Amino acid sequence: MENNITLYMQEPDGSVTAHEAPTDMGLSLMEFLKASEYDILATCGGMALCATCCVDVLEGEEKLNEMTDDEYAMLDTLPDLLPNSRLACQLQLNNNMEGLKVKLH
Amino acid sequence: MISTDIAVIGAGPVGLFAIFEAGLLKMRCHLIDYLPQVGGQLSEIYPKKPIYDIPGYPSVLAQELVDNLMEQAKPFHPSFTLGERIEGLEKRGEADFVLTTNMGTIIEAKVIVIAGGLGCFEPRKPAVENLENFENGKGVNYMILDPEKYRDQKMVIAGGGDSALDWTIYLADVCSELTLVHRSESFRGAPDSVSKVLALAESGKIYLVLNSNLQAVHGGDKLEQVEIVQNRTMEKSMVDADHLIPLFGLSPKLGPIENWNLNINKSAIEVNTDDYSTNVPGIYAIGDINTYKNKLKLILCGFHEAALMSHSAYSYMNPGVKYTMKYTTVNGVAEF
Ligand SMILES: Cc1cc2nc3c(=O)[nH]c(=O)nc-3n(C[C@H](O)[C@H](O)[C@H](O)COP(=O)(O)OP(=O)(O)OC[C@H]3O[C@@H](n4cnc5c(N)ncnc54)[C@H](O)[C@@H]3O)c2cc1C
Ligand code: FES
Repeated sequence: MENNITLYMQEPDGSVTAHEAPTDMGLSLMEFLKASEYDILATCGGMALCATCCVDVLEGEEKLNEMTDDEYAMLDTLPDLLPNSRLACQLQLNNNMEGLKVKLH
Repeated sequence: MISTDIAVIGAGPVGLFAIFEAGLLKMRCHLIDYLPQVGGQLSEIYPKKPIYDIPGYPSVLAQELVDNLMEQAKPFHPSFTLGERIEGLEKRGEADFVLTTNMGTIIEAKVIVIAGGLGCFEPRKPAVENLENFENGKGVNYMILDPEKYRDQKMVIAGGGDSALDWTIYLADVCSELTLVHRSESFRGAPDSVSKVLALAESGKIYLVLNSNLQAVHGGDKLEQVEIVQNRTMEKSMVDADHLIPLFGLSPKLGPIENWNLNINKSAIEVNTDDYSTNVPGIYAIGDINTYKNKLKLILCGFHEAALMSHSAYSYMNPGVKYTMKYTTVNGVAEF
């Protein structure tokens, strides 16, 4: 469908699950993952204040928006940050993200 | 040993308001929090953000609300154990509970109120070999409770956020040697703190090790050296240290409460909405930590729960005594 993309989640056991995600509802990746019942705390509700929604981007990093200073500053507090780590709450789903593959940090 | 009427686990906004509500009914409270300060999520995560949905305040800063809650509770002289985590809960005899903290403090209470929010805010620990071997008084700490403990000692701080910067500035004059290790080459903390840290490094008061991570810790009975690795060259270096403080922020975990035979549903405690009691008589759960149909994790809902809990706790503690509800506008706030 025009307003859906396919996102891939790498599960803790290494298997990959495909999800259809809507891009016309203004959802962030965090909101989508929470709605899909992934174990994502998202304590601060998407304000880039808690880093409990951190994901590692396995494929499609170039499809994502640039980090804002707030996102960078929050990620900077993590002891085990990877070069491809992002805050899922700061990634608003859009059609460019087709095929994005992530795993929970 | 501490002895009280109500032991409140968690000094977030809901725990703080519970003191006031209990105080109106002449019950004494002792609050325990793992964080070194009161205020829960408000003080730890968003102290400078405005809150818009507290009745009577069109807007109030989170820390200002916490300060006001403390002021409101003052007439009832609550006591606090801060910087300690409640680990154990035991029912002793017919009515009394005994709580124990990770530091061995014992608190006896007639009623337990769990206002633990999302759980304990626990430090995020870096993946460093041997780290846990040096915890518990052997050199590695994740919070600074008493800076004087570090006077004339060699210390390594790791992290790049505001607390790492603030403590570096403070401890530069206290420690005999201070090294700050940070993963990247720039800091995103408050610009004023960043320039102070850079000036301290320039003047030789501290060692600043950028683009580097902690790799391992070494020592015998106590910490002696911290091993650091440069991110790009992978070059390793050793820094002599009596103390290492990794400051990578805090993350909430439900922790010990999970093992207390309470009915738990998805990391929250099930309660009876008549009075927010749990399945164990004498134990209540209020605020973000409880769950029931249509629960809203909002401060104002936690305040309501605190009021109903207090009246039920009064009846639990004074069986057979009839209490007639009076408005504070009638009685005032009678200090004790
Ligand atoms: C960014 C952000 C914005 C928010 N904005 C709003 C808003 O605008 N309006 C609103 O109503 N709500 C808001 N909330 C939600 C609100 O902060 C919570 O509902 C509120 O903090 C819950 O209060 P509490 O006292 O139940 O728990 P908390 O504030 O979580 O406090 C619980 C305390 O218990 C301590 N604790 C837990 N277990 C133990 C233990 N075993 N031993 C010792 N201590 C323990 C913890 O360290 C913590 O300090 C917001 C939350 C966030 C993160
Ligand atoms: S939900 Fe808190 S940082 Fe994303």
